[in-house]
Amino acid sequence: MTWENSAITIATLLPLAGALVIALVPRQHEKGVRALGIVITGAALAIAIAITFTFDYGASGLQFQLDTRWIPAINARYHVGIDGISLPLYVLTFVLSFLCAIYTWRVVPSPGKTKAFLALMLLLETGMAGTFIAFDLILFFVFWELVLVPMYFLIGIWGSSNREYAAIKFFLYTLFGSVFMLLGFLAMYFNSDVGSGVHTFDIVQLTRFAASGGFSHAFQLIVFAAVGLGFAVKVPMWPFHTWLPDAHTEAPTIGSVLLAGVMLKMGTYGFVRVALPILPYGAQKYAPWIGLLAAIAIVYAALACLAQRDLKRLIAFSSVGHMGFVMLGIATLTSIGIQAAIFGMVAHGLITGMLFFCVGSLYDRYHTREISEIGGGVMQKLPYLGGVFAFVAIASLGLPGLAGFWGEVMALLSSFNPAESLSTPLFRAFMIAGGIGTILTAGYFLWMLQRVNMGTTPEKWKTAVFADVAAIEWVSWVPLLLGIVALGLFPALLTDVTQEPVNALLGLFK
Amino acid sequence: MNQAIDYTAILPELILAGTIVLVLIADAFLSPQRKWLTMPLAFAGVVASLIATLWLIGEDRSTFGGAFVVDSFALLFKVFFLSVALIVLMVSFRYFREGRFYQGEYYFLLLTSFLGCLLMPSSRDLLMLFISLELVSAPGFLIAAFRKSDPRSNEAGIKFFLIGVLSTAVMLYGMSLIYGVTGSLNLAEIGRALSGPLEPGTQTLVFASILFIVAGFAFKVSAVPFQFWAPDTYEGAPVPVAAFLATASKAAGFAGLLQLMFVAFPAQYEFWTPIFAVLSILTMTIGNFVALQQRQVVRLLAYSSIAQAGYMLLPFALVSANPTINEHAFAAAVTYILIYAVMTLGAFAVVIAMSKESRGLLITDFAGLSRRAPVIAVAMTVFMVSLAGIPPTAGFWAKFLVFQVAIERGGIGTALAVIMLVNSVVSLYYYLAVPRQMLFEESEQERPLVAPALVTAVAVLATVAVVAVGVWPELLAHFPPLSTLVGG
Repeated sequence: MTWENSAITIATLLPLAGALVIALVPRQHEKGVRALGIVITGAALAIAIAITFTFDYGASGLQFQLDTRWIPAINARYHVGIDGISLPLYVLTFVLSFLCAIYTWRVVPSPGKTKAFLALMLLLETGMAGTFIAFDLILFFVFWELVLVPMYFLIGIWGSSNREYAAIKFFLYTLFGSVFMLLGFLAMYFNSDVGSGVHTFDIVQLTRFAASGGFSHAFQLIVFAAVGLGFAVKVPMWPFHTWLPDAHTEAPTIGSVLLAGVMLKMGTYGFVRVALPILPYGAQKYAPWIGLLAAIAIVYAALACLAQRDLKRLIAFSSVGHMGFVMLGIATLTSIGIQAAIFGMVAHGLITGMLFFCVGSLYDRYHTREISEIGGGVMQKLPYLGGVFAFVAIASLGLPGLAGFWGEVMALLSSFNPAESLSTPLFRAFMIAGGIGTILTAGYFLWMLQRVNMGTTPEKWKTAVFADVAAIEWVSWVPLLLGIVALGLFPALLTDVTQEPVNALLGLFK
Repeated sequence: MNQAIDYTAILPELILAGTIVLVLIADAFLSPQRKWLTMPLAFAGVVASLIATLWLIGEDRSTFGGAFVVDSFALLFKVFFLSVALIVLMVSFRYFREGRFYQGEYYFLLLTSFLGCLLMPSSRDLLMLFISLELVSAPGFLIAAFRKSDPRSNEAGIKFFLIGVLSTAVMLYGMSLIYGVTGSLNLAEIGRALSGPLEPGTQTLVFASILFIVAGFAFKVSAVPFQFWAPDTYEGAPVPVAAFLATASKAAGFAGLLQLMFVAFPAQYEFWTPIFAVLSILTMTIGNFVALQQRQVVRLLAYSSIAQAGYMLLPFALVSANPTINEHAFAAAVTYILIYAVMTLGAFAVVIAMSKESRGLLITDFAGLSRRAPVIAVAMTVFMVSLAGIPPTAGFWAKFLVFQVAIERGGIGTALAVIMLVNSVVSLYYYLAVPRQMLFEESEQERPLVAPALVTAVAVLATVAVVAVGVWPELLAHFPPLSTLVGG
């Protein structure tokens, strides 16, 4: 047991252990439970930060590896590791979970049950973090599915009025996608051969096997479809997105933050980590279709946003659009495109996570999310909250100098010049669609700000006494706001990390 | 034909048989207030039998002219059946003590059924197989009707009985035909006799008898279209009896079926695998879709057990000329049965805990249970999630092994795997119905629900098992003994 081979395992499993501890604390210690939640997520975050400091940014291979026996009968191993592609998402998971734990200090949504709430949140954290470090397909799948149950209960118990429908819809949709993914994994397993007829679930070994031409073209086409379906539902790509607005709208604030901030990235990460390297031929053949769906998603989501009356639903649809940019970047199969995707994932995690925090706090005060009910004047009524909200909304629409800009502009740039195997005119058409999407995005966000923030406070809210941003809210928000600015000003913070592994990945397409 | 009987080999059965007699005698001499003492007596007998079984591990014995065999396969199932017996006894105790039941007779009949279970995996002969199957079923007919004052329980018993004897008759007819064709009752000899090319007339006869025998077992494992009895019987019977029928009784059916198909009829696989494919698809699909509409929790579990039987039948449809795949299919089926039984027993334990205050056992009666009995509620959630096959629970690995063989088999296997996948997604909806009530809804009552200690113990034990196997499937993933039956 050294720091090198155990750090990521400890950080990942710490929240799980914490969940068990929390389950055992007597119910009376309400505040103690919340403090415990902050301590556990904080400790996990501390380890994650220590990992970023000891990470070797010059190397392109896996670091912090641990590869040990787990289920010899099927040759599934406990193989975890981290590289430049997973590191940003891994750290993002811990950051957002920690901030959510802090946010929970102030209020646990109705109907209370603090212990269960925090225990489920910690379970979710383990599942999400584990997905980003698993290098064995079965381990990956187990972590992937581990997030479903806690999220189902977070939405179902602490959600708003239509929560049961949203929770089950979320669960069924993602499960439906992921079971096909599992079939795809099994197909990869049985068609792999790492010497003397031994099959493997190991992602690194499968990548090597695929690079040596192990998987036939027909095989790749079928399996990419199965695996891609699982990832596409999770992203979610249009037309599999319909679970997302419901889930987001009904989920409690921190549920939405983690859902948008981290969980959606599991899908796009899956494409980059599993589907592309192991099935490169399939990726090339499907890339135009993925690009097409991404372009549709961008425009469709923007149009849908224009029609929303519920703030949370609006942001949920904007997520569909942003994930469209991410998928467009991946579909180009270029270094810039895939780096744009990773950048987009992190930026979206920070920005949209923050947007959901803002909407959650607005709801805590107004007890409504209807734009027309709020009726404008938030800037007058709650200047700080309104200011933060405006800032994040503008970051989300892709203002240069803030994090949201780079992911989008790099994605568009890469689709101007996609990989050689892809049709340039086609991707330029997607770029134009994406461009229209950015304009519409700016449109609906500004219009939303105009209707919510600007104007004068309506009569009915004049007399209401609302507290502006509370200290604890500042604590949980400031890191995100700083992150948005930092990544906007210094995009190299992220691209320096991702460049090496992405180039290595693209080497497989030569 | 005088031959020495290997008493060591049949020691577990002897102990259990002795206990059965003791229970019946003790019951006659105990005053009504003390009738409950028969349960500890029965429990002790089962423990003794379990110890004798564990003693036999690693041995390979055969007696009664090869009709009764003790090998790893048989021992695995015996240990399993005896453990289930202990659990069923534990959850029965308060239920039968507090209701107005004949306790002594109940334990007597229950153990008799378990004696049949115990004989089943050792039976390598059609006659033994038939006797064990009947020994499992016959007492079952009686204890299903044990809530005598309730017409639904009477209905449960009668329905179970009528369909049971009908299918038994059909099966017996099939067995007699096989005997006529091969001149042997021994499974291995039948397998050898049928492995060569057969005359067309004989072939038809063999096919017909396989069909009859499969039909008989399909009743036992409640496969569509022989499933009608199950929901009504489970609902009407005392809940611990339903738990027994859904687990031990069903597993006994599968143990017999496995031996027949993999030992006696492997040569005819081209004939019977499509039958199993159809049975499996129909069973899981109908089970799942009807389960979606259930409001009563025992009926829900009954349809769930039908759907799960469909998953267990799937490996049979994967048998081919490739011995490695057959071995894997066999292992997948056995593992599935064992894991299924643990999850289902746990779920029934929770239902038994509820049965005292909720007569109708509607799903809505579980509302707000997370506040009233957090331990039970968490346990039930784990069982339901596991039955739906979500990792990291044991139920996932059970399904995973089946998927794995199906994909390995390719061809029809892939198609079956896809159907099973869609089914397991559908099943999630109704499995979550119970946690939904327990966690999302508020109860009208605030008073904590106090479950009997033994029942809580069973629920906790099963939860630990389900999660432990889920995280560390190696605990169950390899049964070195399994190949003995298939390969040899």
